Amino acid sequence: MVDLGVELAGLRLDNPVIPSSGTFGYGEDYAGLYDLNILGSIALKGTTAEPRRGNPLPRIAECEGGMLNSIGLQNPGVDAVADELLPALKAHFNKKVIANACGFSTEEYVYVAKRFDACDNVGLIELNVSCPNVSGRSVGGDPNALFKLVSEVRKHVSKPLLIKLSPLAADLSEIAAAAIEGGADGFTLINSPTGMRIDPVRRSPVLANGRGGMSGKMVFPLALRAVYDVYSRFRVPVIGVGGISSAEDVVEMMLAGAAAVEVGAANLVDPFACKKIIESLGPTLERFGFSSAREVVGLAAQTSKT
Amino acid sequence: MQNITATVVSNDEIADRIYMMKLDVGEFHVKTPGQFINIKLKTRFLRRPFSVCDQNGGVLSVVYREVGAGTRDMTRAKAGDCYDILAGLGNGFCLDNSGKRPLLIGGGVGAAPLLLLARRLAERGAEVAAVLGFNRKSDVILTDEFAKYCVRVAVTTADGSHGQKGLVTDALGGAECTYHYVCGPRAMMKAVAERLPGDGEYSLEERMGCGFGACLGCTCPTRGGHKRVCKEGPVLAKGEIIW
Repeated sequence: MVDLGVELAGLRLDNPVIPSSGTFGYGEDYAGLYDLNILGSIALKGTTAEPRRGNPLPRIAECEGGMLNSIGLQNPGVDAVADELLPALKAHFNKKVIANACGFSTEEYVYVAKRFDACDNVGLIELNVSCPNVSGRSVGGDPNALFKLVSEVRKHVSKPLLIKLSPLAADLSEIAAAAIEGGADGFTLINSPTGMRIDPVRRSPVLANGRGGMSGKMVFPLALRAVYDVYSRFRVPVIGVGGISSAEDVVEMMLAGAAAVEVGAANLVDPFACKKIIESLGPTLERFGFSSAREVVGLAAQTSKT
Repeated sequence: MQNITATVVSNDEIADRIYMMKLDVGEFHVKTPGQFINIKLKTRFLRRPFSVCDQNGGVLSVVYREVGAGTRDMTRAKAGDCYDILAGLGNGFCLDNSGKRPLLIGGGVGAAPLLLLARRLAERGAEVAAVLGFNRKSDVILTDEFAKYCVRVAVTTADGSHGQKGLVTDALGGAECTYHYVCGPRAMMKAVAERLPGDGEYSLEERMGCGFGACLGCTCPTRGGHKRVCKEGPVLAKGEIIW
């Protein structure tokens, strides 16, 4: 029997498979489909201080090997999530979840992260500094701004803090270094990079918002490279996310350095995707000669720090 | 929601570039007319949603127009081919609201989900009337099938090549009804909502990601708050819709 257990920033997970933020809501739409307790954890929908309606429609476009979304952080606000949805989720999921904290100012990030830090079924906080679908300059692309933000949030949060970054930064290492200096425990890599489709009949972008975050199989190599680069350089806990749709993808991502993985767009196409990946992960690890999931982490990463 | 491997029974062009695909879905039963299925195509990333047109025993049908790469792939399906489908999605029409003389108004392939509705309403003893509008004669679908369940079927074409010349709104006159159900292009539904007094339900269409409520890709504002077209819809009450 292959031991699927992993450790993620001090959090013990029964297996490394986690549905990613924005593809699983707060668990409610999947609770009737299968026993959610088979999951390693659940990454909750990105949450802001106030409720947000999100972007105008259409919010969804398709491309070869994937999709684009411009949801725009539609969410009921952190108070509703902390007071109602997180307690309700306990009926379906008895493990710790990963909260995804978003904001448009340092104060907002701090407020949201603090509220999540006080929730007993939150095990870890993802700081989303790279949402592709909201206006304003992303703090995740500026090392100085990110250092200040993470330092401030860190003061108020005792739970492990992972920073969710875009892979589009010119120098991801510089960004990651700033976050670590600010007190981050690790990273979630990657947030969906921005892309576009244009409708030739209408002669305008398919998405009402123009741009959207790309996800699905085609972003897998981009995500894998980002995990590899950051893990090789810093050896910190990383959640690998982007285009994962099979147990083989999980193994690759963990070889690159991911301690755990998030499965995103695959859930939208096949609501049983996480279940199927978990069920085939043991045999897949065995096939590649592993006896546990945790021994895989970072085996393919560069050994010499640069 | 159920995940089913469905087998293609037939896939026929029933009008110009409009196809009816019949799928063997085994034990699955469409609970409410207006619900949809989401079909996984091997060559496309996202599933394709289609309202159920009819169900006979274990075979349900969907009607689709060839508009893009996904539906073009579907036209090539042969009897015996299999599709992974999610079935039983969306809320569907509320049959209890119909009253004695419901009116069904369909535009183009939007007529399709109204057929199962007509059948189920007729089975409950309602006197169902239908107004079906199309652009031209080569687009006309399902009129014989509607005639089986309806006491009156009016057909309009915009160019006058079949039935009454004009739009569905030109054929509503004197249509005394207890309630109405509408599916078709948004502009047509809006025109019907403005023209027709009384309450009704309208089936909306939006680009969807997942089709089961998870991605929030199809959330639209309504008078009753934000609703996911795939989950709280696709059928909304007339009074809820913000045109």
